[in-house]
Amino acid sequence: MLYALKIAFRYLLSSKAQSALLVLGVALGVFIFIFMSALIGGLANFILASIAGDLSHVSIVAEVEDPVLLLDQNLGHILLAQEKSALRQAFLRDAAIYVPMIAALPGVVAVSPQITGSGFITRGGQVAQVAINGVEPGKESAIVQLDSYIVAGSVRLGTGLTIIGQTLADDLDLTVGDTIRLDSAQGVNALLTVSGIYKIGQGGFDRATAYVSLDTARTLMALPQGVTRIEIKLSDLMAADATALRITAITGLKAKSWTEQGAQVMSALQAQGQTGLLLKTFAMVSIVIGIASSLLLSTYRRKAEIGIMRAMGASRRFVVFVFVSQGALVGLLGGLLGAGLGYVVLQAFPPRDAAHPSVMPIDIHEGAFGLAVLLTVTIATLAAILPARAAARVDPVTAIGQ
Amino acid sequence: MTEALLQVEGLVKTFGAGEAETRVLRGLSLRMDKGELSALLGPSGSGKSTLLTILGTLMQPTSGSHMMLGVDLTTANDRALTDFRNRHIGFVFQFHNLLPDFTALENVIFPTAVREGRETAAARARGRDLLSRMGLADRVDFPSTNLSGGQKQRVAVARALMNSPELVLADEPTGNLDRASAIQVMELIGQINRDEGTTFLISTHDEKIAATCCRQIVVGEGVVTG
Ligand SMILES: Nc1ncnc2c1ncn2[C@@H]1O[C@H](COP(=O)(O)OP(=O)(O)O)[C@@H](O)[C@H]1O
Ligand SMILES: [Mg+2]
Repeated sequence: MLYALKIAFRYLLSSKAQSALLVLGVALGVFIFIFMSALIGGLANFILASIAGDLSHVSIVAEVEDPVLLLDQNLGHILLAQEKSALRQAFLRDAAIYVPMIAALPGVVAVSPQITGSGFITRGGQVAQVAINGVEPGKESAIVQLDSYIVAGSVRLGTGLTIIGQTLADDLDLTVGDTIRLDSAQGVNALLTVSGIYKIGQGGFDRATAYVSLDTARTLMALPQGVTRIEIKLSDLMAADATALRITAITGLKAKSWTEQGAQVMSALQAQGQTGLLLKTFAMVSIVIGIASSLLLSTYRRKAEIGIMRAMGASRRFVVFVFVSQGALVGLLGGLLGAGLGYVVLQAFPPRDAAHPSVMPIDIHEGAFGLAVLLTVTIATLAAILPARAAARVDPVTAIGQ
Repeated sequence: MTEALLQVEGLVKTFGAGEAETRVLRGLSLRMDKGELSALLGPSGSGKSTLLTILGTLMQPTSGSHMMLGVDLTTANDRALTDFRNRHIGFVFQFHNLLPDFTALENVIFPTAVREGRETAAARARGRDLLSRMGLADRVDFPSTNLSGGQKQRVAVARALMNSPELVLADEPTGNLDRASAIQVMELIGQINRDEGTTFLISTHDEKIAATCCRQIVVGEGVVTG
């Protein structure tokens, strides 16, 4: 209906100031929509990136299985207490088989088998308790980005080497090249050379974790075979739940997604998303109200003309089309203007990779420009339906008012 | 005897209900033949406009039959009536005649454009031709709001003729004009009637205007009295 479109355009042009205000109002709504999308999306990316960098997306942790207690059911009342053995160590016996299987799954970026335990470091008269984390040499940065935290020495582990945190090094007055004695809870000890010092910036971590090679950890933990933990990094951390289920299905091991522990982060992200959605909805609702009220007014003002058009043989559908087209045109113009405005304003914010904690982490890629324009045109068209129907119902006889 | 163009029988039109009920038409019957140029006379409030809007399919009678070109218009739906109106009936009103955001030519070709969905070159050519026959060749692209009262009514006549309708209904087309403009409009109408055989029904309470028409139809008390 090219002709109806022409009339719609003519009507918008005939009250230029009013139409310009309307388009501007719509553009503002679209701008808010885009800005909120970029802010909420950017914030989510920022938070996820800052926690996900060092996070194991899926973990398999060995659990101690308590022996089954054999008891005669007919003995009457018995108080039974099972004391957990501190010595018995849980481990994943067949890790060597599973690791390559898991590594072959789609979306898996890295698989890190680890042997973990606790012990204490002695240096002269000083003693410090540490968590021992044995990782495969070459995979030091597979989960925690250790290479980016190294402040002295090298990240490379090997036999007889250890990497410790800055705080621990300060406490024990250690530098790279110094030798320490590490006693494990299993009662094994080793003399190790400090080959690297890292600083993550989290006190507990920097004070209490000593990285050693998997083989060194095996000796220290007196674990002849298997590992105690497998950590897995994915390309998409949102796929963690599905991948964990898949790993459990394939290996029979209890794989846990980070979301189980990260539930708080997830719910915070969700709350943020909902707030954003609410604001975006308000923006769209204000567009609807603006367009509907303005067109309703125009319907009223043009009653006589509508009557003339109907008398000349314009169908109700034609009249509907004239007014709906006005809504769609306003939506399109306002949408494009708002998107352009959003694009220009969002340029002022640093790109994703250069995001700085002190600046709002607004991400232009999350701006949802196409969606904003499409949604606006759709909503503007729908908003015009009510006035358009009112226009189509105009009675030509009373409108012409002879 | 010429072929009947339209025929209404026992037309009744009442407005309101109960106490406020007004019976405007009380069983009016009328027959018009092709090529007639008729004046519709009667005092103010006698129902001339009401009859014209019913004949123009803009309003349904309360009862009675309405035939035109062999089509029963009393039972047709809105869509069919709209199309019928577009093809076979032209209107000239007293006020609010032209679309203010359009030029004279755009106003004239509206009835064709709205049917065809666009403004064709052929429609523009016919529109120009009609406007020059109305003595408005130099006002073709004028915004309609810039035209004088007489010019506006001549544009309205051109528009009423655009789709070559069989019947043109004009409700006091000269009521708002000075005598000179009124006579000019009536002369043009008479010329079209003679040249093309278009049937006109023109309401007026001006005897002099009515005298320029061949037939006078007088309404009173809701029926045709003369
Ligand atoms: N929509 C309406 N509602 C109520 N009364 C109406 C309506 N239209 C016309 N009338 C009444 O019908 C009568 C005839 O009106 P009209 O046809 O306009 O007469 P005329 O054109 O001859 O002056 C008048 O009394 C008028 O008040
Ligand atoms: Mg009247």
